[in-house]
This record gives sequence, structure tokens and C-alpha cells, in this order.
Amino acid sequence: MSGPTTAGGTGRAGAAGPGGRAEPLLRVAGLSVGAPGGPRIVDGVSFEVPEATTVGLIGESGSGKTMTARAIIGLLPGGVEAGGTLRWRGEDLLGAGPGRRRAVRGREIAMIFQDPLAALNPTQRIGRQVGEILRRDGLPRREVRRRVVELLGLAGVPEPEERMRRYPHEFSGGLRQRAMIALALAGSPALLLADEPTTALDVTVQARILRLLRSVQRERGLAMLLVSHDLRVVAHTAHQVVVMYAGRVAERGAARQLLARPAHPYTAALVRSVPAVRTRSALATPLPGSPANPAERPAGCAFHPRCPLARERCRTRVPEVREVAPGRFSACHFAAEVFGS
Amino acid sequence: MVRMIVSRLLVGVFVMWGAASLIFLIVRAAPGDPATVLLGPDADREQIARLHETLGLDRPLFAQYLDYLGDAARLDFGDSHRLGRPAMDAVLDRLPATVDLTVTSTLIAVVAGVALGLLAGGRAGGLLDRVLSGATIALQSFPTFWVGIMLVLFFALGLRVLPSSGVGTPQHLVLPSVTLALPFIAIVARLTRTSVAENMREPYVETARSKGLTEPQVLLGHVLRNSLVPVTTVIGLHMGALLGGAVIVENVFAWPGLGSLVVDAVANRDYAVVQAVTLLIAGLVTLLNLAADLLATRLDPRIRLEGAS
Repeated sequence: MSGPTTAGGTGRAGAAGPGGRAEPLLRVAGLSVGAPGGPRIVDGVSFEVPEATTVGLIGESGSGKTMTARAIIGLLPGGVEAGGTLRWRGEDLLGAGPGRRRAVRGREIAMIFQDPLAALNPTQRIGRQVGEILRRDGLPRREVRRRVVELLGLAGVPEPEERMRRYPHEFSGGLRQRAMIALALAGSPALLLADEPTTALDVTVQARILRLLRSVQRERGLAMLLVSHDLRVVAHTAHQVVVMYAGRVAERGAARQLLARPAHPYTAALVRSVPAVRTRSALATPLPGSPANPAERPAGCAFHPRCPLARERCRTRVPEVREVAPGRFSACHFAAEVFGS
Repeated sequence: MVRMIVSRLLVGVFVMWGAASLIFLIVRAAPGDPATVLLGPDADREQIARLHETLGLDRPLFAQYLDYLGDAARLDFGDSHRLGRPAMDAVLDRLPATVDLTVTSTLIAVVAGVALGLLAGGRAGGLLDRVLSGATIALQSFPTFWVGIMLVLFFALGLRVLPSSGVGTPQHLVLPSVTLALPFIAIVARLTRTSVAENMREPYVETARSKGLTEPQVLLGHVLRNSLVPVTTVIGLHMGALLGGAVIVENVFAWPGLGSLVVDAVANRDYAVVQAVTLLIAGLVTLLNLAADLLATRLDPRIRLEGAS
């Protein structure tokens, strides 16, 4: 599984490169998601996904991270709408028609899902599902077959010629997710949305799938939005991290610096809640209280009921996202205090 | 797979034996005596006794039962004392007409019902879904004899485009099969709709959409097949019901099928014909259900595993 093998589209990482100041691959600005007139499940979320970069989107369940990913690919549940701006290579996606959004799906932005068994069609052979997008593009059957074998091999499915004739229920959990990754890569997307890709898998398999995602991302020059509730998953895979709380961005910045030196009390609490495996520390501090529901978001800073630093201002005023250091953004009234400590 | 078929066929033999025994008892428990019916009210006792002897009705019930089972196993149901010919011949004469009617109305019901159910379930809660849920309840509620007469009034007497009754041309098949198909369409449509709506909530549909498929492509390429599994079973069962239950429609349209034959036979205590028809239908129903289950395993590979264990 080495080397970028599949032809077409792999090498189209922009000339601007990851560090360029040009328009990023995806720019999310003031994104809101919710039923019209209802509470905003996602409220004014902004971040960028540059070319060939992995961005980790982290938060507890109900923080709006999955809805953010679904808004990006345009697969929101019925009755829920997205507002704000989604700029895909400079193009306004939310303003685009359904035909254009469909054309982006799979071929420019692809998605892999949490539960690979449920996400695969139980009555179709793996090969058919992986190759569907190629078949619909009118490739001849033999070519589709060749590419499916190649994609499954790339995703680390052993004996792909044989396995492509199997059904999802005949695969193990890890193999299913590998097949799902092959399926997502079939359309040669530039951005891969991975929604909790390891959550439904055995612990031993999780690490292998993450390694696969990392290598695929690097070798194909993919951008990836890795959605997870697990800080460790994101810490080892993402270049940049966006921390969400109750439908809003709490903090974002480069992964290493952000985790080493949080600028938001929520991030700090998250980091403290993860036991450091190497030191065998039993001193992990669980986060007090329970996550805020975006439907009943507390006034002011949504995190204030659980925040050790909460003061009067936090109860009444919603903090704005401010740049506390170059590339570091925090939505805390006392970001400088947290960041400096 | 083979083991499943064999075991199902063995069960089928038991079902047939049960059906044969039940019908034997029911027919004899019913009031009325074939000899009296055949000879009329004026017959004297001696004539009746003689006929009983010819028909074998004077022998002990259990002996009659054993003879009957032995003959039935060879598909010999004896002569129909009313028609004066082997009962099985009379039944086989009528079978093609019934099969024509059953198969045609099933085809209509499956095509129309699945199409409507797919459209309604694809957008559950949408306009078509709501219209259809009302329409299917109506279709299932109208009695078939009334629907049949209305169709005759409109198409045969009003527009004069179709024959009102009888057999012969494919046009003769239209009105009776549509009449039989209408409630069947409603059943298939409702079931398909429910199944499609359930499948639409499955994550694999999201995956299909994430490939950039259009909704029709998602429905036809992914949802349709998975939704048909529960539908096939019901289609099999309902076809069985059509085979024996088309009596009213056959009467309305003077259709020479098994239904009208069996009604005559029951009225005249023609044991041989009743038993032949009943067992034939029981056999066909058994085979239809097996066929439906086999089709379901073709549609969903996960069922094959369960069937093998």
C-alpha cells in the first residue's frame, strides 16, 4: 500500500501550498445549522481547511461537530438548514444549486462514516459499492474492476480480487472501514470528511485505521477533516485542531501548540481529562458536569456552568473568537489569562 | 441452501397431509348427503343405499380416509359423481384460467404497488405519500364485487372498450385481473412504502448520497432491492389467497376458474372435486411460499447465512 497509484486528480494540490495566504481549499465562515426558527445546533462556526492538511474537529457529543461535517458535504437531515458561508476553492457552496452540490459530493468532497457496517449497503458486493462512482462516470467494466482492486489494496484490504466479491457482513469491522475508505477515495476527492472513523472499531483496530488515514492523507495530498470526540485520535493525526463546544468554536489553532498550551478553559479541561498513557498517570481529571445541549445553550459563554474561571461577564456576554497568538484563536473572555498560565 | 429447500419441501408434505385430513373431515362433517343431492328428494331408501355403495360411502370413515390418502398421494381423487369424470381432470381443465388471472393480477399489483410504494416511501410525509396512504385505504376497503361491477359499467358498458365477461382474448383478462389487482396493489404499495421509508433512514443511504447520486439513483440503485425483502413474502402469501379466493370475481366476470368450480362442488357435496381443488391449492401455496422465501434470500445475502444454520 505504498505510492500514489490511482491516476487522475491526485496531484492537484494547489500551487499555493499549505502555508500560502491564498484562498484555502475550504473556508467555513459563520456557519450555522438548525431548523428554521429552532435552536442553532451549530452557531457561527468559522475555520479553514488548507490543501493537504488534516484538521481535527473535536468536541463532546452534541457539540455540533458531525452537523458541521454534514453541512460541508450537503447531507443535513430533513428540516435542518445551513446558513453562513462555505467557500470551496473560492466557490460559494451554500449558494450553489443541488446539481452542483451533488457533483462536488464524492468527486471533490467525500465522507466516511462512524459505523462502517451500517454505512455499507448490506445487499451489494463490496466491489460494486467501491466502484459505483467510477461506473456511473462511464468507465468500462474492466477499468472499474482494476481500479477497485487498486483502491482496496491501497486501503489495506488483503486479497482485494477475492474480497471485492464479498458482502459487508462477511468483513470484519476493520476491513469494513478499509472498504469504506476505498469507497471514499474512488472519486479522487480533494477533501475527506472522516466522521468518528474509529469510534465503532476495536481498540486494536483503531490505531491501524488511523495510521491508514494518515498515510493516505500524506501520499495523496488529501485534505482531511477528522471529526472525533477523542482527543488522542485527533492529537496524533491532525495538523490543526478546532475545538467545538455546544455548537460553537471554543478554540482553534495548530494541533501541537493547542494541546500543549490551551487558550480556552474547555480545551484545558479536555486535555486534563485524558490520562497520559506513557507516564501511567492516574491523575486524569474528568470534566465536571455534562455537555451543554445546543438546544438549551446557557446564556453568555456556553461553557460557564462548568468553567472553573467563570465570572460575572461569562454569564451574560457571549465571548467573541479572538486571535490570542498568531494562528491561535480562542472564544474565552479570559483567553490571555488561560493562555499565559 | 439445498438443505433449506429440502427441509422446506418436507414441511410442505406435512402441510399437505394436514390439509388433506382437514378437508376430508370438514366435507363429511358438513350437513347434507351427496347421494340425496344427486338423486333428488324423490329417491327412495334403496336407491340411496345403492349409490352409497357405489360411492364407497357405506364403508367405515377411517377406511374411507386411508383410501383417500392413498389415492391422493397418486393425485387420484376419484370420479366426480356430478360431472361423471375424474375430479382431477375437471380441476386441471379449470386451472389455466385461474393461473392466468392470478399471474396477471400479481404482475399488475407488483409493478404498480412497488412503483407507488417507492415513490411514496422515497419522500415519506410528502404530498404523494399522503395522497397514497388515503388511496390505498380506499382500495383495500372497496369490496371486490362492487369494484368489478363498477369497472364493467364504465369500461364495458360505458366506453365499450373491453368485454364485460367470459374468456378468449387477452382483452377478456383485463377487467377481472384489474379488479383482483386493485386491493393487491394497495397491500404491496403500503408495505413497500413502509419498507422504503425505513431503509431511507439507514446510514447506507447517506453513503450512496455521499457518492453524488441523485435521489432516483439512490432509490433504484440501493433502496429498492433492500426494501423488497419483506414484500416478496407477502406477495407469495397473497398469490396463494388469489388462487383460491377469486370466487367472487370469477362469478362477476363469468370466469371459468377454480373458484366457481369449487363453489359448485361444495353446493353439490361433490367430495372428490372439493378435495382435489383444496389439495391442489394447498400444494401451490406451499410452493409459492417457498419460491418467495428463495427470492428473499436472493435479494438479501444475509438471509442465506441464517437459512444454512
